[in-house]
Amino acid sequence: MVTTASHRTARPLLALGVAATALIAAQLPSSDRAYAHANADTHTTTAMGPSAASALSPAVTTADDRLGKVLTLAVSQSVDSLSPFLAQRLTSTTIHRLVYEYLTNYDPEDGRTIPGLATAWKSSPDKLTWTYTIRENSTWSDGKPATAEDAAWTFRTMMTNPDAATANGSFTANFREVTAPDPHTLVIRLKKPQATMVALDVPIVPKHIWEKVRDFSTFNNDRSLPVVGNGPFILTDYKVDQYVRLRPNKKFWRGAPKIDELVLKYYKDGDAAVAALRKGEVSFVPNLTPAQAASLKSAPDVKVNDAPGRRFLALAVNPGARARDGQRFGNGHPALLDPAVRTALFLAVDRATLVEKVFQGHAVAGQGYIPPRFSRYAWHPAPAQERAYDPELAARTLDAAGYRKNAAGKRTGKDGRALDFRILCHATDPHDKAIGKYLQEWWGKLGVGLTVECLDNITDPWLKGDYDLAFDGWSVNPDPDFVLSIHTCGALPATPSDTGSTDNFICDRTYDALYARQAAEYDPSARAALVKQLQSRLYDTGFMNVLAYPNAVEAYRTDHIAAITTMPAAAGNLWGQDGYWSWWSAKPAAALGSGDGSGDGVSTGAVLGAAGAVVLVAALAAWAVVRRRSSADDRE
Amino acid sequence: MTTTNPSVARAHEDGRRGGGRRGGRRPGDRSSSVPPYPRAPAYLTYLAGKLSGAVVSLLAVLVTGFFLFRIVPGDPVAAMTRGMPTSAEQLATLRRQFGLDLPVWRQFTDYCGRALTGDLGTSYQFRQPVGELIAQRLPATLLLTGVAVVLYSALGLWLGTRSAWRHGGLGDRLNTGLALTLWSVPSFWLGLLLIIVFSVGVGPVPGLFPTGGMSSGTTTGPAQVLDVAHHMVLPVLTLVAVGYAQTLLVTRASLLDEMGGDYLVTARAKGLRDDLVRRRHAVPNALLPTVTMVFINLGHVAAGSILVETVFSWPGLGGLFYQALSVPDLPLVQGLFMVFAGAMIVMNLLADLAYPLLDPRVGR
Repeated sequence: MVTTASHRTARPLLALGVAATALIAAQLPSSDRAYAHANADTHTTTAMGPSAASALSPAVTTADDRLGKVLTLAVSQSVDSLSPFLAQRLTSTTIHRLVYEYLTNYDPEDGRTIPGLATAWKSSPDKLTWTYTIRENSTWSDGKPATAEDAAWTFRTMMTNPDAATANGSFTANFREVTAPDPHTLVIRLKKPQATMVALDVPIVPKHIWEKVRDFSTFNNDRSLPVVGNGPFILTDYKVDQYVRLRPNKKFWRGAPKIDELVLKYYKDGDAAVAALRKGEVSFVPNLTPAQAASLKSAPDVKVNDAPGRRFLALAVNPGARARDGQRFGNGHPALLDPAVRTALFLAVDRATLVEKVFQGHAVAGQGYIPPRFSRYAWHPAPAQERAYDPELAARTLDAAGYRKNAAGKRTGKDGRALDFRILCHATDPHDKAIGKYLQEWWGKLGVGLTVECLDNITDPWLKGDYDLAFDGWSVNPDPDFVLSIHTCGALPATPSDTGSTDNFICDRTYDALYARQAAEYDPSARAALVKQLQSRLYDTGFMNVLAYPNAVEAYRTDHIAAITTMPAAAGNLWGQDGYWSWWSAKPAAALGSGDGSGDGVSTGAVLGAAGAVVLVAALAAWAVVRRRSSADDRE
Repeated sequence: MTTTNPSVARAHEDGRRGGGRRGGRRPGDRSSSVPPYPRAPAYLTYLAGKLSGAVVSLLAVLVTGFFLFRIVPGDPVAAMTRGMPTSAEQLATLRRQFGLDLPVWRQFTDYCGRALTGDLGTSYQFRQPVGELIAQRLPATLLLTGVAVVLYSALGLWLGTRSAWRHGGLGDRLNTGLALTLWSVPSFWLGLLLIIVFSVGVGPVPGLFPTGGMSSGTTTGPAQVLDVAHHMVLPVLTLVAVGYAQTLLVTRASLLDEMGGDYLVTARAKGLRDDLVRRRHAVPNALLPTVTMVFINLGHVAAGSILVETVFSWPGLGGLFYQALSVPDLPLVQGLFMVFAGAMIVMNLLADLAYPLLDPRVGR
């Protein structure tokens, strides 16, 4: 009885198994494709079922075109919009760099401004008129020439339509008038001098396409593909959170990219992306954790690129939140307004330990505001000025300023209030928590208490000024104007209930005066000197305390990419460059094929089909059961 | 065929009684206080009750969704622009675009008005109608989670029945032990493990399956169907492994309750094979709790599985919900909340409607 029963119940299972095996077996050739490509030439796919299946349809040309050197990058951040007027996220702006030309670009060697759509530029003696010469050899991918009128229209649209100013409005806020007197001359008149005129990171769009857009707040530029552009790549296909496909622009004025297709494939989980890199399904993975980087070090054909990053990590000290109208708000600890307390706290921070233990070596310790990667502007405090790690000096500084330890070993101020601080930390950032632990230990020895408040949403308490200290960090652009502007008095919120663009409510007249001078200084070296003075002033006030510059850790397959340009060229990163250098320059290795994981479109038909396949299997199983039942009934 | 299923037998009896004079006289019968009526209207009354309940629930969800996510701390505009060069004018523009400059009561009435016409608003971060965003991701989620729920329900039902029938035996202990072990495994961890072993390949195990996504590239037509199925294997396996214990345990427990029943002794006394006693007599009576559970799980299908979708980069609703919450992208979270809750309500409704068909004692 038992045997019969189990024998019988095993039958539907058997049917399921057979069907599943068939399903997988049928699929095997295509899953082997990646391996086939690894040691064969690029024509292997022509023999494959999928192409053969579509041999009679017009799609065959697409399939054939797809053959060749396909570079697949693993990305995780969703595209917010493909419209240059709306896009703010790094993935989207990186795509725009590849698809559209900007007026100027940055040299991969050292980040200085070099020609883009504009070949030359000059400013008038009163510094208020900028004239750009637009190149004659840039054409849109639909064949029309790219002209000064396209650039003028792009800027004018941002100036007149608030919706079009969503992403990059800060660049044009100071523009008075933009004209194109002839197809190769662009003239921008300013309200007041603006040093960032050679760093306008605004994609120039084709007027003849975009003037038909009715509502810039909802137009995402993702319906009509390929997207008409004039950058080194042409965006040919996009499926939300699945892939973005880009083809080389054969007519690109600087020369076409060397690969045949660039695919951004979505991996929402970092470890899965690393697994795909190991397997060779993707050629490149950015944003590695120290553990992932360590595990990839020994992987064959994989190079880990531990590049100097463009971010700084700082501890912001609440300087007493205030609004432009003079009203104060928030509940920052008053003792932090005493310079001696700030000095003592940061004398007791051992940056080298943080880099070694928290970042496991994937960061550089530092104190200047601009990361050393931007060599023109990077600054380091002079020895006499520096708050180097010295816990004993920290203790003496507090003693001298009158913050004595009480019986319990706690330091108290003159008002009797203990030095107990809070620090706002991002709950999702493991670095913040780890650094918080070290700070508790170091400052605890000093007699200063610290509560680490890790929140999912630190924006709310931050904007209300309800913090003593906070973990702060910004990604710095080649032009430092923006990261400097967020510490000016003008960036404060108009009233306590408004939101300003200020980072940390800093308002310092000396700093503001220096900031205004650099903003109007058109001589690069004179401006760089002013930017360094600004950083020195920011450092001395002690409200922004840079700890380290985390590295950009990424990895790529050396059997897919033979050579690639990093930025800065000597030691730099690949993902999120200021420019299109990495993927434009990528030289494919012999083994790079059309790839397996490029993630083609999934039609509703395919989804229905797959569901159908499963239903079929289930039906087969059910049929087996019913058949067995009826025969069993017959036997009874 | 010489035997009838006891529940089927009761159904026939009920059918007669419902149409006859003795209808509704049985003690404990819910319809005993109302005058006798034919069977069909009884079902209709039951149906109307359940339907109106579902509609009320949906309206409650509509209202809750609006206020619930406004309690969640976080200013969407501040969160979206943090770390980006933004002027005060740009912030004001965003607030105006999102309708956040209006008083809350206006936002609420606008939201209700739109929702009743089927417009769920426009996502803040994707600048796309919420309905469209959901429609883009829904098929992927339904496919993945739907297949997984069907498979693990079937597997759990089958193994649960076997376990209960021979409870205490080695097979039972192995079955429940394994199921409980897998049930306690974090799904993202199991998923990663499967990727490492079966996608990348470890030692002699070849990397048979893709590491993520829903389709692998240059396929069209029937090949693409197989391709999607190929991509589904590991995520479905993960969901089934982690999920089947639930059905197994419920089935096992409810079948154990039935196993002392006199009707089973009768059935055996009639000389029925053990197999038939189980399948025709015991299981149908033990099925209700399992059916409830299956429908609840089907209700969860729309919500997908955030963890498994993330690990396998499956472009479904689970991942979308996570992205929506982290802003918070209010129209999108509200829309998804409506869809998730709506699916739950509809599935519960279907379960309620199916009960009388499975067990005629219900709903009269």
